Amino acid sequence: MTDETKVPLVRVSNLTRIFDVSKPWLNRVIERLPRARLTAVSNVSFDIPDRSVYALVGESGSGKSTIGKMVVGLLDASEGEVEVRAPDGQDDARGAGRTGVQMIFQDPYASLNPRWRVRDIIAEPVAARGGDTKGVAEALLEQVGLSVEDAGKFPHEFSGGQRQRICIARALADNPRLIVCDEPTSALDVSVQAQVLNLMSDLREEFGLTYLFISHDLTVVQHMADTIGVLYLGRLVEEAGADDLFETPRHPYTQMLFEAAPRMDAYGRDVEPPQGEIPDPINPPTGCAFHPRCPRAVDRCAAERPEMRRVGTSRVACHLAE
Amino acid sequence: MTEPTLSLRGLTVEIPTRHGLLRPVDKVSYDIAPGEILGVVGESGAGKSMAGNAVIGLLNRPARIAGGEVWLNGTRIDQLGREPMRKLRGKQIGMVFQDPLTSLNPLLTVGDQISETILEHLPLSRAQARERAIAALDEVGIPAAKDRVDSYPHAFSGGMRQRVVIALALCAEPSLIIADEPTTALDVSVQAQIIALLKRLCRDRGTAVMLVTHDMGVIAEAADRVAVMYAGRLAEIGPVADVLGAPRHPYTVGLMGSTPGASRGQRRLTQIPGAMPRLGALPQGCAFHPRCPRRGLNCDVDPAPGLEADGDRSACWFPVSDSEQVPA
Ligand SMILES: Nc1ncnc2c1ncn2[C@@H]1O[C@H](COP(=O)(O)OP(=O)(O)OP(=O)(O)O)[C@@H](O)[C@H]1O
Ligand SMILES: Nc1ncnc2c1ncn2[C@@H]1O[C@H](COP(=O)(O)OP(=O)(O)O)[C@@H](O)[C@H]1O
Ligand code: SF4
Ligand code: SF4
Ligand SMILES: [Mg+2]
Ligand SMILES: [Mg+2]
Repeated sequence: MTDETKVPLVRVSNLTRIFDVSKPWLNRVIERLPRARLTAVSNVSFDIPDRSVYALVGESGSGKSTIGKMVVGLLDASEGEVEVRAPDGQDDARGAGRTGVQMIFQDPYASLNPRWRVRDIIAEPVAARGGDTKGVAEALLEQVGLSVEDAGKFPHEFSGGQRQRICIARALADNPRLIVCDEPTSALDVSVQAQVLNLMSDLREEFGLTYLFISHDLTVVQHMADTIGVLYLGRLVEEAGADDLFETPRHPYTQMLFEAAPRMDAYGRDVEPPQGEIPDPINPPTGCAFHPRCPRAVDRCAAERPEMRRVGTSRVACHLAE
Repeated sequence: MTEPTLSLRGLTVEIPTRHGLLRPVDKVSYDIAPGEILGVVGESGAGKSMAGNAVIGLLNRPARIAGGEVWLNGTRIDQLGREPMRKLRGKQIGMVFQDPLTSLNPLLTVGDQISETILEHLPLSRAQARERAIAALDEVGIPAAKDRVDSYPHAFSGGMRQRVVIALALCAEPSLIIADEPTTALDVSVQAQIIALLKRLCRDRGTAVMLVTHDMGVIAEAADRVAVMYAGRLAEIGPVADVLGAPRHPYTVGLMGSTPGASRGQRRLTQIPGAMPRLGALPQGCAFHPRCPRRGLNCDVDPAPGLEADGDRSACWFPVSDSEQVPA
């Protein structure tokens, strides 16, 4: 292996996104409220190696989609940056999106224009940069397991799984290197999910794609990912290879999450369910954001935010992890 | 044998439409014993919710029960009128749906909602009902129930709201709870809390639970027995370890193979080709035959064998035998 292959395709450094969620000015004055800021993503750093699948997991509101949008360039970072290595040394273009980066969303109903024919939907990224769209849709439809005749139809004529295939075809049209997949199968039934996940694995091999795969479903993530990053309240708390993470979760939150996830092989298992709930992201706990729920917390945890550090083959943000 | 809390016998639901008669639930029979959790699984459109709604008399017109019987604690309830059915809900059958807000009145405090339900069904005074409401909130794990009892639903998080709904479903001490996708909108950690709660209540009080979900993991975790539905019919039913661990119906086999966590270590997930048919276009014979890898000669002609409440485990002419099971 040369060093060249080790340069990550994506480098996310100290990424932070703050939303202003204040009430309107007049209300603030009348009710004497301060400005409210919500830190959706806080100082997150990770690399995605070329041709690998990097998964982000975490519960609702942990910042997964916000990171995904910043990676494709649909949302600006408040601090930090995302670098996507451009093919043959071009600079990555800023603006509406980055070159070579596409996104697939959870809701295959909302993300397709109902008035466009499938042909035009799929070829749109090519048309947008003034490329030749002839035959593009037809070829891609076959790639994703639909048929050439489907090019003339409208989105409402397709099932959820078929629509997600159309979204995938559209994402492929621009020869992307990276596809950010935000809960791509969460709206689908398991049998259809299996079809779409298999398709995504096949396409990845065929086109040498890299995925940033966002999901709250641990079993899906375990199946798809090479590397997994676990998010809690906008912070990356642990990152490890998929097998390592499931074998030895090191962060107390990861441990709690894995313990809580339903297991297919433990009928009638009685677990002590996790305590407490995810705190309000507008007023996150001090120090380690997990400390109010952490069974191992010590005084230091409330005072000092743990840095991400290497433990074994993992990276963990916990004072006590070893 | 103890009398089952709920018995379905050939329950059939029909919807007349311009394009013909649809049958979202077709001759479904099963029992749920006191203290038992029956998981009802299947992909969307399988008829899980329709079957549950038929039991509690909440079918939206034009859907109607077109055949079969529903028995609750030895009394037949499928022919009850609107008013007696309404009394039965709440008193004898508690309900928990996916979206807690559909079950809660935003204009009433949670304490008042629970008290009202209690007063409607039990001969208690207002003060006693309020005490009960606080106890109910406490039992489902609302911290500082005494202080929270006068809060409105919007002041609670999603998981807390679902706890309130469970408290509401339980406050008149029903013998049956129908929970339709109760954790689908919740995060894993909250889901684990709600499942643990349902299991505990069912065990402590002997309440029977019909747990409707599309999530095999939830079933594995919570159910004692599981009923797998496909296209309105029961495909397979039995103890959870048997059905999930050694499925007999090809559809159950396919479902397990498609579920990432159940097929650990497999590079590719098993695919069931195609998708669930639309009700208006159900295939002849066994409805699963166009997707079935075990399809035999007559599967496209002969309807699959029916499942009696105390009969076979799978509704299939060629079920997977025990000797064919892949050892785990
Ligand atoms: N445009 C916005 N304005 C204000 N707050 C926002 C905005 N977008 C996201 N947030 C907040 O940022 C946090 C992270 O949201 P995000 O959508 O990234 O979470 P997620 O991990 O994708 O969750 P889910 O699993 O529910 O999709 C949440 O608290 C959310 O409410
Ligand atoms: N009013 C209606 N008219 C026609 N079909 C309906 C109506 N309501 C429900 N259905 C159909 O009944 C079937 C069963 O629905 P449901 O019980 O909600 O499924 P599940 O809960 O298993 O997802 C589905 O195919 C659904 O489309
Ligand atoms: S830093 Fe402290 S509170 Fe945070 S996870 Fe580690 S032990 Fe728990
Ligand atoms: S009856 Fe025939 S088609 Fe239906 S599941 Fe069994 S083998 Fe398959
Ligand atoms: Mg999201
Ligand atoms: Mg349903």
